[in-house]
This record gives sequence, C-alpha cells and structure tokens, in this order.
Amino acid sequence: MSHVSSYKKVRGGRKAAAGNVGRPSVAWAVPGIVFFALFAIVPLAIAVYLSFCRWDGLNAPTPIGMGNWTRLFKDPEFRQAAWLSLLLTSVSWLFQTPVALLLGVWAAGKQRSRAVLSAVFFIPLLLSTTAIAMLFHALLDPNFGVIRTIGPWFGIDPNIMGSSTGALLTVAFVGGWQFMPFHTLIYQGGTRQIPQVLYQAAEIDGAGMLRQFFHITLPQLRHTITTSSVLMIVGSLTYFDTVLIMTRGGPGTDTTVLPYLMYRTGFQTYDLGYAAAIATALVVVATALSLILVRFSGFGNMRSTREGM
Amino acid sequence: MGSGIFTQSTRAARWTAAGAAMVMAGVLAGCGSNGGSGGDGGTLTAYVYGDDAVKVQQAAVEEFNKTSKVKVKLIPVPGTEYVNKLRSAMGSPSAPDIFYNWGSGSIKPYRDAGQLVDLTSTVKNDATLKDGFLPSIIEAGSLDGKIYGVPMRGMQPVMLFYNKKLFAENKLEAPKTWEELQHAITTFKDKGITPFALGGQEKWPELMWLEYLLDRIGGPEVFNKIQSGDASAWGDPAVLKSAQTVKELVDGGAFGKNFNSVDYGSGAAPTLLSKGKAAMHLMGSWEYSTQLGKAPEFAKNDLAWANFPTVAGGVGDPANVVGNPTNYWSINSRTKHKDAAIAFLKTMASKSYAQALVDNGDVPTTSNAASMLSGSPNPQFAKDQYDMVQKAPSFTLSWDQALESGVATPLLTEISKLFAGKSTPEQFVAAMKAVK
Repeated sequence: MSHVSSYKKVRGGRKAAAGNVGRPSVAWAVPGIVFFALFAIVPLAIAVYLSFCRWDGLNAPTPIGMGNWTRLFKDPEFRQAAWLSLLLTSVSWLFQTPVALLLGVWAAGKQRSRAVLSAVFFIPLLLSTTAIAMLFHALLDPNFGVIRTIGPWFGIDPNIMGSSTGALLTVAFVGGWQFMPFHTLIYQGGTRQIPQVLYQAAEIDGAGMLRQFFHITLPQLRHTITTSSVLMIVGSLTYFDTVLIMTRGGPGTDTTVLPYLMYRTGFQTYDLGYAAAIATALVVVATALSLILVRFSGFGNMRSTREGM
Repeated sequence: MGSGIFTQSTRAARWTAAGAAMVMAGVLAGCGSNGGSGGDGGTLTAYVYGDDAVKVQQAAVEEFNKTSKVKVKLIPVPGTEYVNKLRSAMGSPSAPDIFYNWGSGSIKPYRDAGQLVDLTSTVKNDATLKDGFLPSIIEAGSLDGKIYGVPMRGMQPVMLFYNKKLFAENKLEAPKTWEELQHAITTFKDKGITPFALGGQEKWPELMWLEYLLDRIGGPEVFNKIQSGDASAWGDPAVLKSAQTVKELVDGGAFGKNFNSVDYGSGAAPTLLSKGKAAMHLMGSWEYSTQLGKAPEFAKNDLAWANFPTVAGGVGDPANVVGNPTNYWSINSRTKHKDAAIAFLKTMASKSYAQALVDNGDVPTTSNAASMLSGSPNPQFAKDQYDMVQKAPSFTLSWDQALESGVATPLLTEISKLFAGKSTPEQFVAAMKAVK
C-alpha cells in the first residue's frame, strides 16, 4: 500500500497525466485473478460444497446437509488427528525456527568457507520429499538400518519408528531437516537487509556480538520471523508425504495427522464427502492460524522496522 | 453420468481436497495423463496391476491383436497406485474398457454404479470359459451369484513359509497344531531368533493373521456373514477369540519387539526370514518368487512352506485356505467394443496362456493346469500350492478385497491398533461392529 501511494504522490507531483494514471488499470490483474479463481477459489468452493454431500467418486454426489460436519465434531479420530497436527506443528516450529534463524544470520556474514557450507546446507531442499522419506525409512529400519548400530550409542531404541512418540518426532525431524534450508535462506535474506549503520553505531556504543544479535538483529528480523513462521505452520499443518511413506499413520493411528486422515478417508475409504469436510476444516484452521499470527505480530499494519531512520 | 463439466469440476475439487498436500498433485497427474480414451478408434484399454507378471498379459495382448480388428492396449499401473487410479478413472470419461481386479468386494462399488458387464450368461453358455477354470475360483470372484470377472493370473494362497535349516537345527518340524506352534515359538525365542517375521508397518500382513485365526477358530462361515454386510457378525465370539489370540502372540513375543517398524514392501520382512533372523513368515504365495529374486540361494535350499496350523478348540477345517484365489478381468459396461472385449477374455482360458503363466512361476487357475506344473521353475512348490487350493473346502478371499473400502480401510486401521497394543481385543470388536 505504502508503495503504491508514494508512487502516486510522485506521479501526481509531476502532473504527468490525468488523475487516474497513478494505478495500472484492473485489466492488468485479470490473468492473475482468472488463474487464482480457476485453481484456488472454484476448487475450494467445490470442496466446501462436497463437504455437505455423500460422494463415493463413482456416482453423483448426494447432498446430505450437515451430516459430515456433525460427524466431524464427534469423531474421536478427527480429534486425535487435529491434536497430532498441532503437536507436529509446534514441534516443527520449535525445532526449525532457532536453528534456521541462527544458520541464516551466520550465512549472512562474510566468514571464510561460508558460501561453500551454505551451498551444502541447501542440498536437502533440492531432494524430493519422497526420496528423503524413503532414505530415512531405510536408515531407520530396526533390523537392517544404521539406527541399529548407531542408535544405542546415543541411547536411542532402534525401534524408534515403532513407538508413538518416536514416530512423531522422527516425522518432525525429517520435515525439519528438509525445509530448514529454505527458512535459513529467508533469514539470510532478512539479515542482509539490516543496514550496517546500526551495527556500526552499536559498536561505537560498545555493544558486543550477543547484544548486537539480541538488540539489533532479532528485532530487525521481526517480520522475517513472522513470514517464516506462517510458512512453517501452514506447511506443517498440511504435512503429508513423509507420514505416508515413513509411518503410514502408525503405529496404530499415532501419527495420523489431519492431512493423512483426509487422504485415508478420501482415497482409501472413498468417503470423499467426509474427506472434503476434513479438508475444509484444515483450510479454516490454517487460515485462522496465519491470520492470528499476522495480527498479533504486528505484521499486518506494516509498521516499518526502520522507523526513524 | 459422464458429463464432462462435472468430471472436470470434481477433479478440481479433489485438487482442493488435496489442498496443500503436495503428493496429491502426483496422484492427480497420474489420473489426468491416462492414455485410455474409452475405446475410440477400435481400441480397448486394459488396466493391469503393474508388476513382473505384466509380461504374460502383454504377450497375450500381442497375440490377440494379431487377429483382432479391435486392438487391446495394455496399461500397467504401478501396484501401490492401482486401486486409486482405477477408482479415479472409473469415475471419469476416460475409464478403461477392461480392468484387473480381485473380484467380490473390490468390484462391488462398480457393480452398484452399473459399470460392470454381467458375464454370467457368457460364461455359462461358453464351454471354453465354463469348463476352463476351477469352479471354486470363478465363484470366489462373483458377487451375489453373478459372474463379473474372468480369471487371468495365478493363485495366491497365504502359506506359512519357514526356514528349513533353522527348523532342522532346532529339531523341529513345521507346526501342524497350536501346541507345536507354541513350542516352536518358545524354542526360537530362547535362541534369540524371532519366531515370525512380520511387516507390521504395512497393515495387510497383519490382516493375514486374523484371517487365518478366524477361519481356524470359527470356520469360514463367520467371515461369510461379515462379508454379506452383517456388521453384527463381528460380535461372534470367534472374532474376539481371534483378536485375543493375536494379543497373546504379540505379548508373547511371537513377532519380536520391533515388528511395528518393519516394512514389507522394502523387503525388510522377507530378508529377516532369508537371513535366519526370523524362523517363519506368514505370507502370500508370492513370497516364493520374492525370495527367489532377493535371496536365490535361500529360496532354493532352505525355504519351505506349510499350511496354517490348527487352533485348539477351533472348528475350522485345517485344509481351508485364505488369500487371493486369483485376479480377474472385468469389462466396463460403457465399452464400445463389448464383443471384442469378451473375445479377449476368452483367450485367458487358452492352454498357451496358462503355459505362459506357468513359465513365469505362477500357478494358473485353469482346470488343465495340473498337468503343466512339472514345467514350472519350481515344480514342487507349484504342485503343493495347486494341491493346497484344489483340496481346500473353502478359499476365503483376503478381507481387504472381499469387503468394500468403506469397511476394509477402518478394518486395517483397527488391526494395526490391535497389533500395536493401542487397543484391546474387546475394543477391536466394538470398533468393527460400529463401522457402517
């Protein structure tokens, strides 16, 4: 917004043309709007509609009113899945944010071999999720994987994937391992945007590395943290592939997170109406969480981190 | 039905349902790119489960296409995707004309949606088809007494595979009774050997245990009742007893401590058996070719097989078998070339096709198979398998294929909870009774 209005001001000041020239016409947005409507709004609307239907994928959907929704709120499996999703999201955030932030700040510097190491750290993001999940699945095989040899050194039971906590933590770890480079990159970019004058001033005032980090870097990264967190939370809430390949929702149903429950309901049970209800609930929760996060982090009103500079 | 707009939008809906789950995109790409165009220009598309045996069907297709005006186009769908892709395709205008299936419950949704050609009179009035196959096999794939499929692959009974060398070293023989089984479990446990390999991370290997236990304890009638749609039949005492037996086996260490994180697909469970880390493995007859591929030395020298033992106090005939009787071709009722499709299905009863199956190590379900088995890569295994099925008073189809997905999927989930100790046998029964 601020960008546009200042642009307008400049144009207006120069009196280059008639009043409405400041903004490009709506026509410019048409391709984007059409694309977004076709691939986001319309399917979303259909999913919402389907959540009020019974549908097996073969016959036409039959509207059944609130049936799927009342079932959703009473379904212990849904409740368990929602809880597991929140747990997975929290664990992922707590694991990824500090590491990615520190790595990003480090990678923004000018140290020796920084570029080489940054490139190495980036590799997991280039691999396919499926390949990563299969790789870890093989490494963690309790009889033939490396975990059998290495696990006991660290006091880890080689049957880690067979325990409820172990399986969930493994899924969070593998996801973190894969996506951390992405968030590192965001933090690296964010850190590089911080004006050097701040650090120079702090140095003159006698602030050490730690104080510089806590009083300059961290506050200046406020918006970057919000951006990264929103992406992380939405990503974790919809985290699916690793669960499918590594645990299949097990042991029992103890890693059956919401997206996996949706997949099982939709594409194994073929109860597509109920699966649509789960999907819609997921969309609502993820949207609500990101809105709340944006609102309470002060990201929404776009207060500049460089006020007064 | 078949309105293009609707299908487009439902596909879009799945997109959203998939939402942010990225893998879904892959599934959909799979649906979108299928080559079948509903039999335009004189072709019949045929979906087949994509594994090593496809080459047998491919050869049959090439043979058929030499003389037929309508050409068959075979589309092998990778195994794990098969059920999903078929389902998505059958709900769309690009459905296959002919498709591979497991008969019974696996085709019920398509039958109910009016998508299957009723082959009852075709089979009954055609000597080649009628007398070409073992009657029990034709029957096992039928629905409510009507025939919708023609057998097209080998039989796949579930058998008790064991490591002959380990048994000899411990002076044991293949267990015929529950007592002998218990004795074998204790003996192997004392030696630090896992009695049974079990790929518990996938749910269907666990299902096999329940299938055999219920058959031995309560006889095949109990599951027949369940299959007919009577959810209260889960309340039969034999079901509870079977679930309790599972719990006893798990608690008694029959599957070792870490079966929950052992996989079947990646080969972990079969390797336990071939490496001598586990003594026995309850598995479909394909275990033999799996071992032959992964551990040929072991398969040739030390791999042995037996029937599932009796269970104390059970009423089931110990000759009964569970598993997949075979696979079937069914015809889509929307096909434009029904006669050609039927003509293709008839070639499945031919001697040359059965011979091709035998050469591939399969045991065909044709009535003339017995005489061909001496030419199999392993005649003894083929013959034992054929006899086992031939003599079986009842052949129960794998539950996850016999039941509709609406029941089968919750069943697999509940079974995995039972094995993982997350629910009690009583909770298992209650949960299954509640599935609608």
